[in-house]
Amino acid sequence: MEQFIAFVKKEFYHVLRDRRTLFILFGMPLAQILIFGFALTNEVKNARIAVFDQAKDEASQQLISRITASGYFEIQEDVMDNSLMEDAFKSGKIKLAIIFPRHFENDLFHQHHAQIQVIADASDPNTATTLTSYISSIIQDYQAELAGGAAVMPYQIIPEIRMLYNPQLKGAPNFVPGVMALVLMLVSVMMTAISIVREKETGTMEVLLVSPFKPTWVILSKAVPYLILSLVNVLTILLMSVYVLDLPIAGSWVLLLAESTLFIITCLTLGIFISIKTKSQQVAMLISLMGMLLPTIMFSGFMFPIENMPLPLQLISNVVPAKWFYIIIKSIMIKGLGFEGIWKETLILIMITLFFFLLSLRSFKIRLE
Amino acid sequence: MNSGETVIKTANLTKQFGDFVAVNQISFEVYKGEIFGFLGANGAGKTTAMRMLCGLSIPSSGNATVAGFDIYRQPEQIKRQIGYMSQKFSLYEDLTVKENIHFFGGIYGLDNQELKTKSDALIAQLGLQSEAKTLVRELPLGWKQKLAFSVSVLHKPKIVFLDEPTGGVDPVTRRQFWTLIYEAASNGITVFVTTHYMDEAEYCNRVSIMVDGSIEALGTPQELKTQLNETTMDGVFYQLARGAKREA
Amino acid sequence: MKTIKFLLQKEFKQIFRNKAILVLIMVMPIVQLIILPLAADYEVKNINLSVVDQDHSPYSRQLISTITASGYFRLQGYHPSIQEAYPLIEQDKSDLILEIPQGFERNLIREGKQQLYIAVNAINGTKAGLGGAYLTRIIRDYNQDVRMEWIPPTRFQASPAIEIVSSNRFNPLLNYQFFMVPGILAILLTMVGGFLSALNIVKEKEIGTIEQINVTPIKKHHFILGKLIPFWVLGNVVFTLGLLVSWLVYGIFLQGNLLAMYCFIWVFLFAILGFGLLISTYTDTQQQAMFIMFFFMMVFILMGGLFTTIESMPGWAKMISRLNPVSYLITVMRMIILKGSGWIDILPHMGIMLLFSGILNGWAIWNYRKTS
Repeated sequence: MEQFIAFVKKEFYHVLRDRRTLFILFGMPLAQILIFGFALTNEVKNARIAVFDQAKDEASQQLISRITASGYFEIQEDVMDNSLMEDAFKSGKIKLAIIFPRHFENDLFHQHHAQIQVIADASDPNTATTLTSYISSIIQDYQAELAGGAAVMPYQIIPEIRMLYNPQLKGAPNFVPGVMALVLMLVSVMMTAISIVREKETGTMEVLLVSPFKPTWVILSKAVPYLILSLVNVLTILLMSVYVLDLPIAGSWVLLLAESTLFIITCLTLGIFISIKTKSQQVAMLISLMGMLLPTIMFSGFMFPIENMPLPLQLISNVVPAKWFYIIIKSIMIKGLGFEGIWKETLILIMITLFFFLLSLRSFKIRLE
Repeated sequence: MNSGETVIKTANLTKQFGDFVAVNQISFEVYKGEIFGFLGANGAGKTTAMRMLCGLSIPSSGNATVAGFDIYRQPEQIKRQIGYMSQKFSLYEDLTVKENIHFFGGIYGLDNQELKTKSDALIAQLGLQSEAKTLVRELPLGWKQKLAFSVSVLHKPKIVFLDEPTGGVDPVTRRQFWTLIYEAASNGITVFVTTHYMDEAEYCNRVSIMVDGSIEALGTPQELKTQLNETTMDGVFYQLARGAKREA
Repeated sequence: MKTIKFLLQKEFKQIFRNKAILVLIMVMPIVQLIILPLAADYEVKNINLSVVDQDHSPYSRQLISTITASGYFRLQGYHPSIQEAYPLIEQDKSDLILEIPQGFERNLIREGKQQLYIAVNAINGTKAGLGGAYLTRIIRDYNQDVRMEWIPPTRFQASPAIEIVSSNRFNPLLNYQFFMVPGILAILLTMVGGFLSALNIVKEKEIGTIEQINVTPIKKHHFILGKLIPFWVLGNVVFTLGLLVSWLVYGIFLQGNLLAMYCFIWVFLFAILGFGLLISTYTDTQQQAMFIMFFFMMVFILMGGLFTTIESMPGWAKMISRLNPVSYLITVMRMIILKGSGWIDILPHMGIMLLFSGILNGWAIWNYRKTS
């Protein structure tokens, strides 16, 4: 045991001495919480649009002023005809164009039927859909008002919607668990993988391996500092989410920390596995970073709904540990569930951990022989 | 051998890292064509002094010229005139013997014809014909060191700086290595070499002994032995270095 | 010039000798480009709906079948009470509960109005918002149908109607993959270039070969260029492979000027490689370089407009994304590939990117010290 502590101490010296890396390690979760909490939004606002009012009558002016007043749009005054519109779409100056035909008011009040053309830049499909539906609802409101909206309609069905867990539809409840999964995954996997391979590369690993200390313990002692650093990161993220993002923890703190520790251990084992399988730092880094960054973002389910993916990808997502951790954290933090609600996911994480642990043990033994 | 022409001249050259004075006001001259031994215990400041002369490190104070160029103002001109072999092996391990020779020759501006003749000659001289296409990583240490030396004099520099070139090498290879050094010197290359093998000090024309950042003695091995009344360089070194405050 | 030739020979040999890295930087991006756009489907569909129908009337059944027929919802099941449906939301088996109270049909017809209760799992705000909105719209349409049934149709025709004719330019079928593929390619290209270059000089520092370079009379800008060009070539190879994959796998054919696209990529690669080398000159170990690059990469990707639009960000975030070379790359790639934009459209972006590559490389050369 004393030997183990001595090894762990040595690892701590390595980590604490490299100020720049430490700075990044702790700065990363902070930056991410700020970016996700305040910069990224799925809402679409300030969209630049063009309006070609060929009618220039009272009705069209009224509609335009409503569109301006809605706050979702910024009308670009200088895009005034069809050829300019084409250019404006191509240079990305506008995302949507509204065209009022000549005699708009006349058509509307005398023919009881008028057309408005709405053209959206659908190279970004979701923004296009959202903007078109904003415009439609503004027009529909206007139309309802013209129809004498004051009169109460008969036979009314009134849907009452309750938004559970997140009444204001904030992004935070969704992404805080996501950021936790992402940061822990990358930090723990990458740090352990690199620090072990580094010793292999510089040759100091051999010195450690000839010591009377068991090789398995040498490897494990390298994981301990990163376990502690990652726990500090977990606490930072949780405290930030409670005090900066006003997102209280609905469930048990103890359970939350216990599950985080489990996930960190999963990641550390994965990191150790990568380090045993690779020979150079660069390869270890590229695998643990380029190989993991986008898949973790995509398959954990916090950016893109897993149920939308084709079946084979849904199956792949099952082997991404971050997916299970994401479900666990969401359940405890937001829904306030207890262990009985997440035991299945916990079990899966434990199994993934054991799998990589045994696999590492095996390949490590083979290497030694 | 000693033509009297000065190729390195330092005056009160000093390097400080914070409070620590690594090199303390050293002044000496090295003459063209000689083998100058730069002796000292580990941590005496030899490598730091050498790095300043090579233009790798800027002095804190004092002056020096190398091959007639000022080390503050003309480090790049100096680099054209010198070769350097660092303490840590620093050829590319993932390139072959031949590729390393070509690369470093190329950087020093040798043309293709020269490169070809020189690299063939060099490989033959080292007896590495069968290993020309081997990755340097796979060579034994002694060969790596000989290769590194030959690469450092490939472009016929005026002066070559060798930082503990024979560290960790067996006695036979060390002898061969010194044969290479003598050959270079006979071609007119001034050799500036640090070592802590005292038998190697005997091979030098003149030696200086550094203790705790200062030069404590300078002269031919014979002069130093007489001066300090010792029969071997070992004795000379021990007498001077045992007073060192810095840890060896 | 001759020095650069020797540097390039050396770098290329080292790259090609390290098969593991070469395979990683070629295969990994391509595999990811093939798989990830399939996963990045942001369209909200397949919302799981649990129904608590306490009315069991023809109207309630009609409403339910109208909702399930819309295609947005997947009927998860019927439950006798809302208490029994809640656990399904907790287990993520259901996203939305619709409760039709007892007496729905009777009240609607006799009293002229009736409430419905909808509970939405709102942890994912976007999905909840859109799901709720879809459901309300379907209910409104259904409401209209009910009304038509009971009120003589003539009363409505007198009111003025505005028809909205909407069309979707550049991507009429609203294919989400069209949007994601160029963005993901941009990210992959950035990662390959950024990480490799960040690790390069610092690796020579770590193994000590940089000393041997520093005592040679080599010019600083030659050395940096010698490091830059090989990765620049590799970046071009990765990009070309990426374009081929998006064409062969996703049927996305470059709409605009191919040369304009490549020119922009050339300048962009110089910028991102310069950034990597700059980090390399500031760090002492590969681990450090990796982490610093990783930090920036994270910010670049998340704030680059890959997933969310930059216009919707708050002012300070917009300022940051103006300093983010990746955001320009993503924008320009989508412009040229999807919209067929040409030289003039990308000119401002090109100007900024030239500025980036000039500053970053200049800085890297300045900060690379042959003498300490």
